[in-house]
Amino acid sequence: MEKGKGVMGSGRRWAVDFTDNSTTPSTRDIADPPGFSRASQDQDDSTLSRQKKDAEANWKSQKAWEVAQAPFKNLMMMGFMMWMAGSTVHLFSIGITFSALWQPISALQGVGKVFEPYKDSKVDLLGPKLLFIALNLGGLALGVWKLNTLGLLPTHASDWVSSLPPALEVEYSGGGIPLQ
Amino acid sequence: MAIRFIILTLLFLSSCTIPSLSLYEDQVGLMDWHQQYIGKVKHAVFHTQKTGRKRVVVSTEENVIASLDLRHGEIFWRHVLGINDVVDGIDIALGKYVITLSSDGSTLRAWNLPDGQMVWESFLRGSKHSKPLLLVPTNLKVDKDSLILVSSKGCLHAVSSIDGEILWTRDFAAESVEVQQVIQLDESDQIYVVGYAGSSQFHAYQINAMNGELLNHETAAFSGGFVGDVALVSSDTLVTLDTTRSILVTVSFKNRKIAFQETHLSNLGEDSSGMVEILPSSLTGMFTVKINNYKLFIRLTSEDKLEVVHKVDHETVVSDALVFSEGKEAFAVVEHGGSKVDITVKPGQDWNNNLVQESIEMDHQRGLVHKVFINNYLRTDRSHGFRALIVMEDHSLLLVQQGKIVWNREDALASIIDVTTSELPVEKEGVSVAKVEHSLFEWLKGHMLKLKGTLMLASPEDVAAIQAIRLKSSEKSKMTRDHNGFRKLLIVLTKARKIFALHSGDGRVVWSLLLHKSEACDSPTELNLYQWQTPHHHAMDENPSVLVVGRCGVSSKAPAILSFVDTYTGKELNSFDLVHSAVQVMPLPFTDSTEQRLHLLVDDDRRIHLYPKTSEAISIFQQEFSNIYWYSVEADNGIIKGHAVKSKCAGEVLDDFCFETRVLWSIIFPMESEKIIAAVSRKQNEVVHTQAKVTSEQDVMYKYISKNLLFVATVAPKASGHIGSADPDEAWLVVYLIDTITGRILHRMTHHGAQGPVHAVLSENWVVYHYFNLRAHRYEMSVTEIYDQSRAENKDVLKLVLGKHNLTAPVSSYSRPEITTKSQTYFFTHSVKAVAVTSTAKGITSKQLLIGTIGDQVLALDKRFLDPRRSINPTQAEKEEGIIPLADSLPIIPQSYVTHSLKVEGLRGILTVPAKLESTTLVFAYGVDLFYTRLAPSRTYDSLTEDFSYALLLLTIVALVAAIFVTWVLSEKKELREKWR
Repeated sequence: MEKGKGVMGSGRRWAVDFTDNSTTPSTRDIADPPGFSRASQDQDDSTLSRQKKDAEANWKSQKAWEVAQAPFKNLMMMGFMMWMAGSTVHLFSIGITFSALWQPISALQGVGKVFEPYKDSKVDLLGPKLLFIALNLGGLALGVWKLNTLGLLPTHASDWVSSLPPALEVEYSGGGIPLQ
Repeated sequence: MAIRFIILTLLFLSSCTIPSLSLYEDQVGLMDWHQQYIGKVKHAVFHTQKTGRKRVVVSTEENVIASLDLRHGEIFWRHVLGINDVVDGIDIALGKYVITLSSDGSTLRAWNLPDGQMVWESFLRGSKHSKPLLLVPTNLKVDKDSLILVSSKGCLHAVSSIDGEILWTRDFAAESVEVQQVIQLDESDQIYVVGYAGSSQFHAYQINAMNGELLNHETAAFSGGFVGDVALVSSDTLVTLDTTRSILVTVSFKNRKIAFQETHLSNLGEDSSGMVEILPSSLTGMFTVKINNYKLFIRLTSEDKLEVVHKVDHETVVSDALVFSEGKEAFAVVEHGGSKVDITVKPGQDWNNNLVQESIEMDHQRGLVHKVFINNYLRTDRSHGFRALIVMEDHSLLLVQQGKIVWNREDALASIIDVTTSELPVEKEGVSVAKVEHSLFEWLKGHMLKLKGTLMLASPEDVAAIQAIRLKSSEKSKMTRDHNGFRKLLIVLTKARKIFALHSGDGRVVWSLLLHKSEACDSPTELNLYQWQTPHHHAMDENPSVLVVGRCGVSSKAPAILSFVDTYTGKELNSFDLVHSAVQVMPLPFTDSTEQRLHLLVDDDRRIHLYPKTSEAISIFQQEFSNIYWYSVEADNGIIKGHAVKSKCAGEVLDDFCFETRVLWSIIFPMESEKIIAAVSRKQNEVVHTQAKVTSEQDVMYKYISKNLLFVATVAPKASGHIGSADPDEAWLVVYLIDTITGRILHRMTHHGAQGPVHAVLSENWVVYHYFNLRAHRYEMSVTEIYDQSRAENKDVLKLVLGKHNLTAPVSSYSRPEITTKSQTYFFTHSVKAVAVTSTAKGITSKQLLIGTIGDQVLALDKRFLDPRRSINPTQAEKEEGIIPLADSLPIIPQSYVTHSLKVEGLRGILTVPAKLESTTLVFAYGVDLFYTRLAPSRTYDSLTEDFSYALLLLTIVALVAAIFVTWVLSEKKELREKWR
């Protein structure tokens, strides 16, 4: 998108416009060719700008979909890294897992910002947004799953009882072999 | 990406190297100390060569033979004989061998005098028990050899002193003669052997010492009969007592004739009622009789009459006679006078003359003089000087010369009975500025040195200085509490009735106290130490104190004595002679408002007595009345009984603090098949962190943690002797785990073909025990872990999250928890003297077993090696959990000896005390020697190591800050230049 803008805007220094947009027939000596209607050209002009807008909207929505699908690549990458990291707890696996958790969360926080440039009355961003959110949630789930495989989630009974102190005893007894 | 991964993996791998507990050479002595003792001296032989180092060879009641430096009292060499190898006599032969007779006269050994190497050893056989006598005559020489005469086990043996060969043996037991004395006749190779047959027949044998040929045999009967010791007065006269103990009998066997002469003690003007005994002595022409509590010196006059020379109180001690220059004799008399001790050296036979008279100031904490040995030396003016080696009541050994104590040794520490610990005082506020500055300077200097060492810039002198700083760190020997709880007082009770407080930092004696002897009790014995008052929350102003429980006499019916000792000052606060006895002492888990712990004393009538005797204590006790039980293990009868408190004592005197008990349950072992040899319970102050054990599959097993658990081991009566005395078929070992409240047997297991001795340790939910397997001919160690099956259902995560469980509710033994056990057995190479387990403040740190091996060392063995869940091929998950693949024997890793290269001779016990720092435990091993160290079973994960260089850290931070500043300035300048361009 940026590229397109650059080509259209600042790429030229000068321009000659061959189209004569004057609508008054009096300024012209030559009659219009047969089959040519000035009014239709006017009409055509408006359709042209509409077409242009349509194209832009199309383009925007297409781009929005692309952006929405971007986390998928990320997801694959993350999955590969997680597989590489293994299931034991150490610096590397923890780092990967936490980045896998952090990336989707930060992406979800900035959903609005990501789709800001594609905001258009004609473009329906709901679909891409939903896809984007779903994919990120998928990434988050992957991270959580990784956290679980690392055994860092308190999902077992052992996680809840291991800190319980031993129960107190009601009775007390002492004694043994008599003192010698 | 890949590179990052590899780097990270490498980093990870380097961080998880295998933990090792061994020390580096320069770490020895940093947190451990070792002290060597010998025990109370029984015999001493001086060896003062004209050249070379002067030394004295001693044997002690701890069966130690040692050669001590006469100048400083240091040990040149030392041998600790076995516990049954009691030394009967020592002497020096050929001027180069130390001869010792031990094991009731059956073992004769020669040790090289300069270095203590054993030269030879002879076993003397005999049929009957008799008084062991060792005689090393100086003039019985054949070429270079000289004879040693030993009378033991009813026989007289002549042994060559060069190689220990038995030259000849004469059996007197065959003639049913009990040898009393072996006498060497002056300047001849003839010896006299005198003894009794029965109680009235006197025998005198004249024997040629060279070949054992009997020259003459005389016998005579004395109607009065003989009793007790004999005192040799001259080479052909001796004195003994008749059976009534009122007549002194002088026996002379001159000229092949035996003559008796009776002298009634009353004729000597003495009251002979009471206890009369002849004390063994070797004074010429004189002997000592002890009557009640005074001593008589009686001389044999030239007309064979007896006359009393001197009368002293029983506290006076006399040395043996010492021959110096041309047959002159001398002996020393030591008398007490107030805080002073008077030493007089008298020439033989002349009581009224004094060679030396000295008076020395004596610390009254040393008690009375028990023994004295004298030795002479030549002064520079060629006159004779005398030095005296004195053994005191507190077992200390002193060398006195020229009226001064040259050195002393606190040898009571060789006979520790019980140990406990006490906190040190809290550091007071307000330290002077100068001191702080000085210490700051010192601190910086020390750290700069250390930094040099770290950066390998230190010169050899610096290295030595660093080591000296590390060893002599004033931090560790301070008299105040430290943040980590490393500094403590070790309170030890010794057989000498002396209590010592040792500083855990460097092992020095902070104070010592000889327990007060009351008038009522003549021979008190001490039993145990208990922590009486340990103020920590409130009552901080009070000093902590310990309770010493003793007994007046040795029988279990003897009345008890209680003493309370302040552990800061070492003063005896109070002492009581009780009317009742004490066979059990139970510290209760309750304290009163001044933090005094409630104690129950059980007497031999099974009544319990509550201490302290205050109304507050009784109200606390009455609240818990129905929950207090006690059990008794009667090993001789094979009965274990459980008791509960019933009611107040019924008696003429109303005693609010005395309670009757009733028997609740009893377990009777069949006498013909089982004999109790060990009973072990959990340490009452042990802390357990969690009740759950998490296995590799995230499964939970609930430990059965009960303090009321007793481990009992019984063996077949036939196999209760020493190893090898029974066949494997008739030997078995049965172990029980018994609940001491209900008497329920929770677990029982039989090891066929196994026998004792059993050493066991019970901790948390497991018991480890050590025994001998007769079939495998090896020692074994077994572990049994106990799990609570009735809690196993608590596995619902949701309920646990919401707290809907009863896992922390108080439990009663009457709820009959269902238990399961897991056991495993391994071979173990060593035989064991003591077993203990490390204990930490919160019980989080993993445990190590501390095994006192037969080599008198302490081995630390990870509890992970004794885990019933070990299998030959553990799964990956189990490996991750730390389960070691199963092997048939337990590994002994040389680096895991806690005592590294040192030995704790005569090891008897190991005490572990938690430090405040969770990772660390303090270990004190005692026997004849003492050893103390600090252990971190899972390494010090909660603190920086001792040799962490704070200076380096500081330097790094400073350098970083400087670098940041410099780069900031540089970047500012560069930016400015950019802007100007």
